[in-house]
Amino acid sequence: MSLPPLPLDAIDVGLHVPDWRAAVGAAGAALERSGSTGPGYTERMVGVIEEFGAYVVIAPGLALAHARPGPDVLTEGLSVVTLAEPVVFGHPHNDPVNVILGLAVTTGDEHVHFVAELANVFNDSSIIPALAAAPDAATVRSLLGITAPSGPEATNEESK
Amino acid sequence: MKIVALCGVGIGTSAILKVNAERALERLDIEADVTAADIASVKLAAADAQVILTSSELVPSIGKTNADVIIIDNFFDLDELTAKLEEALG
Repeated sequence: MSLPPLPLDAIDVGLHVPDWRAAVGAAGAALERSGSTGPGYTERMVGVIEEFGAYVVIAPGLALAHARPGPDVLTEGLSVVTLAEPVVFGHPHNDPVNVILGLAVTTGDEHVHFVAELANVFNDSSIIPALAAAPDAATVRSLLGITAPSGPEATNEESK
Repeated sequence: MKIVALCGVGIGTSAILKVNAERALERLDIEADVTAADIASVKLAAADAQVILTSSELVPSIGKTNADVIIIDNFFDLDELTAKLEEALG
């Protein structure tokens, strides 16, 4: 069981954003850039928070942005965005947020393949501040325990 | 014993809550069936549940229920989940 590939272009480190919408927007843009989602998914992730509130802030400093499966989800994906200055989502305990995970799944059940792995990583309470402080995307990947190669160069490595 | 892990859309957060609730129950040596559910299906899913685990933000959406509603602040904190489940079930 492992996390989705999390290519480097699905990671954005040290962004400056004005509010939670822009933060979720960045997580959505990273999903789209990495080929996981198409136009519309970002707006649906924002819509979930507008409808149900800031429950997506599931731990101090961490938001798990997500929406239901839909035609705008091309393949399951994960993105990671860290913020230079934290933003407030409106959660009574876990604000402010400086790490946003974007999650896209193609069926309701698919996520269980990697959700246990996600829980393993984040059950360690030091991981959120460590991610927030990560200087670059490669550090984010290694903090999450993702060792698989990423990108076209990595594919060449694999085929050797 | 049935426990419902509730989130807004039934993917992601509720699945994390389910996985970690199962880990906490294992610590407590309590046998229970943990189901992930979303707001749209909670009435049905929780009809025969003893406990609903969820975020404070979603409590108003649950409506009337006979189950104990337990608010979890940090979905990854096994100590918090274990203590709150022990209090509710012990």
